[in-house]
Amino acid sequence: MKILVTITETESVDTVFEIDGLEIDSRYLSTDLNEWDAYALEEAVQIAEDGGGEVVTATIGPEGVEGTVRQALAKGADRAIRVWDEELAALDILDPLTKATVLGAVVDAEQPDLVFTGVQSGDDVFGATPVALASTLGWAWGTVVNDLQIDEVAHVHRELEGNLEELTDVERPAVLSIQTGINQPRHASLRDITRAQQAEIDTRSLADLDLDVDAIASPIEQTDLYEPESEGEATIYEGSPEETATELAAVIEETGVIR
Amino acid sequence: MTVLAIAEHRRGELREVSLELLAASRKLADATDGGLHVGVVSGDIERYTERLNREDVDVVHTVAYGEEFNHDVYTQAVTQLVEAVEPTVVLAPNTVNGLDYLPAVAERLDIPIVTDATELSYDEHLTVTRELYGGKVETTLDIDTQQAAVTIRPGSWPRAGGTGDAEISAFDARIDESAVRSTVTGFQEIGGEVDIAEADVLVAVGRGIESEDNLEIVRDLADALDATLAASRPVIDNGWLPADRQVGQSGKTVSPELYIAVGISGTVQHVSGVRAETFIAINDDPNAPIFEVADYGVVDDLFEVVPALTEQLTRS
Ligand SMILES: Cc1cc2nc3c(=O)[nH]c(=O)nc-3n(C[C@H](O)[C@H](O)[C@H](O)COP(=O)(O)OP(=O)(O)OC[C@H]3O[C@@H](n4cnc5c(N)ncnc54)[C@H](O)[C@@H]3O)c2cc1C
Repeated sequence: MKILVTITETESVDTVFEIDGLEIDSRYLSTDLNEWDAYALEEAVQIAEDGGGEVVTATIGPEGVEGTVRQALAKGADRAIRVWDEELAALDILDPLTKATVLGAVVDAEQPDLVFTGVQSGDDVFGATPVALASTLGWAWGTVVNDLQIDEVAHVHRELEGNLEELTDVERPAVLSIQTGINQPRHASLRDITRAQQAEIDTRSLADLDLDVDAIASPIEQTDLYEPESEGEATIYEGSPEETATELAAVIEETGVIR
Repeated sequence: MTVLAIAEHRRGELREVSLELLAASRKLADATDGGLHVGVVSGDIERYTERLNREDVDVVHTVAYGEEFNHDVYTQAVTQLVEAVEPTVVLAPNTVNGLDYLPAVAERLDIPIVTDATELSYDEHLTVTRELYGGKVETTLDIDTQQAAVTIRPGSWPRAGGTGDAEISAFDARIDESAVRSTVTGFQEIGGEVDIAEADVLVAVGRGIESEDNLEIVRDLADALDATLAASRPVIDNGWLPADRQVGQSGKTVSPELYIAVGISGTVQHVSGVRAETFIAINDDPNAPIFEVADYGVVDDLFEVVPALTEQLTRS
């Protein structure tokens, strides 16, 4: 079985950061393999280890994300594809339909049996790309999957709200969006990390994927980026841990929960 | 401009977020003196329609097909409904199921989709406000097209009230059964031994605790308070605590007298599950969104503050 896993590098803002226009300078950002994608990757790698097959990752992003792509290679992916060019770089934001178009073209080129994605990217949290991708491909899909058995169909548990799971059978081929907790993602060994450092990452442009610039045009324009105004009314205690602990203990006693 | 809102139901109940959706849609429609249309697909549509017929709803379109949510049915029905009603904006809740079909509708109609909106406005074009980076940054997006699809964050709008006199219209969706490629075979409730929803005092621990061994310090705090230990999702995902301890969207909604959040950032999926009388947060990031919902907070290292607090409480 050949499984394609979409991998994205997510950014998180540091404790102290500044916004400059529509940008946050990279010195205030930390990057990592998207939390959800780590679980999607592990699920694919386990399936390939158990039943044979290949795991290929697909990533949209500039050269700078190759460290994250190599993390995925170290954690068991066989091959990696990275899509980027000037046209993608010129986009204001990567919206879900744009991501789906580009990833869909990679799937068309690779012809995997299944595609695994994370449920969402931790930074832009659209959570819409998996289903948009399945729709682009004309494939079946299953989302927020926290349990998976594959035979002629994919038997999935979909995690709904409020401690409830939906049990669903999804025809193949399918795009499955994987939820955290489905497995325990592995840590890469030093040997795997070294091997991944030397691996070839297959880089493609839109033209390589037979896409033109119109295919990725987005009518969504980012017009503002700001720190939300605090609406909280929390009383914040300051001082040494002993001092703040004393204040908190007084608050707790006041609530009357200590009997 | 017309707004089309697609209601959500599950296992025979209309979900409350559907009423928030009506309020969000009404506000948007009002901005342009437009109409508010509501779509309800599958299940007991008559009963759902009765509840959806709130003040200022103009039309409720019903699609009688099947019982439970099935994304392949919804994708087809809602796509056809959008083609028939021609709304400027089609809205659904930003829920697990809302996100399970609306992106496909958008892809099929080739209209942009923006998810998890916390504010919406319309002035010549649609403007959506949403959060990035776990709620630490907000952004506004302008969408300059004839049509757009948007999901709205639960809990961000009030529930629509009143009773309306909407036109009820049966919509004849043509569902191609060969395009229904997923089958819901059942539901499973996730139980456990401990019911955190019953607890008066909860000490909840998040990723900031860093390792299973470190749980000791929050256990000590919980013991000192005779409290129940709860957690945010990463602690459960890592297997450090069992699933019945999870607070939030996919876990439990809790309403204790006292909630102490330790090393939890406060993403919407977590805090949507907390309704505490008194809410204390301990986190070393002053910008952590948890302080937006807390009543009392300490911005400091939990490894210092938590043991100090335990000591204070055991001493007194
Ligand atoms: C469909 C779906 C459903 C979900 N359901 C749930 C759910 O039910 N419940 C849930 O909790 N999440 C849920 N999530 C996940 C959610 O989006 C977040 O990923 C999660 O809540 C983050 O947990 P956290 O706050 O513990 O971790 P983080 O966001 O990583 O926050 C850790 C915090 O600890 C602080 N910290 C670190 N070190 C220290 C220190 N030494 N001292 C003090 N503070 C420190 C940091 O400043 C940070 O704010 C769901 C996500 C999805 C997509």
